[in-house]
Amino acid sequence: MTDRNPAVDSEAGNWTLAIRRWLERQLPLDSLLPHRMPYYVGSWVYVFGVVAIAGLIWIVASGMVLAFFGPQWWHISGVGRFVNSIHFWAVQVFFIFMVLHLWGQYFMASWRDGRAPTWMIGVVIFAVSVVTAFTGYLSQQNFDAQWIAVNAKDATNAAGVGAFFNVLNFGQMYGLHVMIFPILVTTLVALHVIQVRIRGVVKPIDPPGSADGAGEGSK
Amino acid sequence: MTGTASSQDRYYAGIRMVRYDLVKELVIALVVSAILVLVAAAAFSSPDDPPVTIQSWAQSDPVDFVTTAVSELSGQSETAGYGQPYNNTPGAAQAIGPIQPAVWAGVSTPIDPAQDFVLKPLTLASTGNPTLTAALQAYNQAGATQQGNWLDAYTKALANATASGGQVKVASGDYGPVPTLMSNLLAVARTGGLDGLLLDSGHFYQTDFTRPLLFMGDGSYLSNLAAAQHLTGDQWGMMNETGSYPGQTWLWLYTFWYQIPPFSTAPNADLVVVILMIVLTGLLALVPFIPILRDIPRWVPVHRLIWRRYYRS
Repeated sequence: MTDRNPAVDSEAGNWTLAIRRWLERQLPLDSLLPHRMPYYVGSWVYVFGVVAIAGLIWIVASGMVLAFFGPQWWHISGVGRFVNSIHFWAVQVFFIFMVLHLWGQYFMASWRDGRAPTWMIGVVIFAVSVVTAFTGYLSQQNFDAQWIAVNAKDATNAAGVGAFFNVLNFGQMYGLHVMIFPILVTTLVALHVIQVRIRGVVKPIDPPGSADGAGEGSK
Repeated sequence: MTGTASSQDRYYAGIRMVRYDLVKELVIALVVSAILVLVAAAAFSSPDDPPVTIQSWAQSDPVDFVTTAVSELSGQSETAGYGQPYNNTPGAAQAIGPIQPAVWAGVSTPIDPAQDFVLKPLTLASTGNPTLTAALQAYNQAGATQQGNWLDAYTKALANATASGGQVKVASGDYGPVPTLMSNLLAVARTGGLDGLLLDSGHFYQTDFTRPLLFMGDGSYLSNLAAAQHLTGDQWGMMNETGSYPGQTWLWLYTFWYQIPPFSTAPNADLVVVILMIVLTGLLALVPFIPILRDIPRWVPVHRLIWRRYYRS
């Protein structure tokens, strides 16, 4: 029998406690929801990302209504057509502001000071969003969906992707669009926002008195 | 205080901090975007051109329908010679040297156009139709050479075919049972029956439209409708939408490559463009580590506009 404290032993191997402490270290609430920011965060560029998230929230909300009533509802119901229109225009808002956000962050070289993973996840969000919207266009059950499917098959098949991602299979595209890809996009956006909040907004390029560059090397 | 908060304190040392309300900003963004979306939805609605059916195709352009069906039967259609993932047509898959992803992926959705698009649906529709049953029997019992001769002759005759009263009329010739097969297929299609027969998979529920879409894609009717809406590949089609609505404008770069040589004329353009876009997306993700690309923001003074208050102070 040893003289080690059994309570300490049990805490040392406790995965739950380890995860909680790691989260407390990495995601303190005063970093996640700060009430003060550097004074240079006073540009419209900082709004683009927030508006993109707002657009995503409306996409998900309207998409849930469309999914609840089924894929044919909006073709035969005036209310359904209006909800689909909200979904359609919210997608446009989301992409417009996501692209503005991307270009804004590029010209701010926002990957500096250890923020490269934040930039990289942002690019992944853009790419996954494009595929998500693509499956949405394929799920419309109208002429546009037919034509996009007939055309797009050549690219997916040429790339070998068509063997498991059949754009002519409505059931597969619809399932991906209403379930898998929305989860992926929203999870990645949440991760992206957490990344931004953990490190805070980047300083302006070449602050007076520094030799700061735009490259990732200047951490 | 936690480590991350401390590191932010160190990072922002010497920089004036001001009050900021992120939650209020998100709520305002939600309201403003909702107004934008609701006004656009109410004013412009959303595109919804009805889908083409095999029935509407057969009714609107019976000659194109029959011409396409004959090409499926003779193995001359695009689908018949497509290669993977529908069949193993040698040399059909797009490749860049030894890189042939379609071949590597194999045939995942086997399609036999003659059987799947023509003969099986006709066999199902032949119950109680002795004329069609006899025509099918005559066709199936004929040798491949005889079948080929009938189909060649009928294909040539279709170039000058006319349509009236739901029938396609061609000059007299030795076409064997082919005209009977085609007139019955056209009749079934015009009633809407072929839409259902092409979806038949042995299951009650059906959500896979691969076969009817491939069949329609082999004809000219669908592509003519698309061309009229500026949706074909050489019209920036992938990023366009029916009517005057914005489509997938975010695909502009992908679509752009198809408009210019050598992509616009390359037989393997799809594979080349897909690989090019994967490489470009990878480069975009790796911008923080790529000299010149990561330095451009310092050289182009857009950041001085964004942070003008900072630089003024």
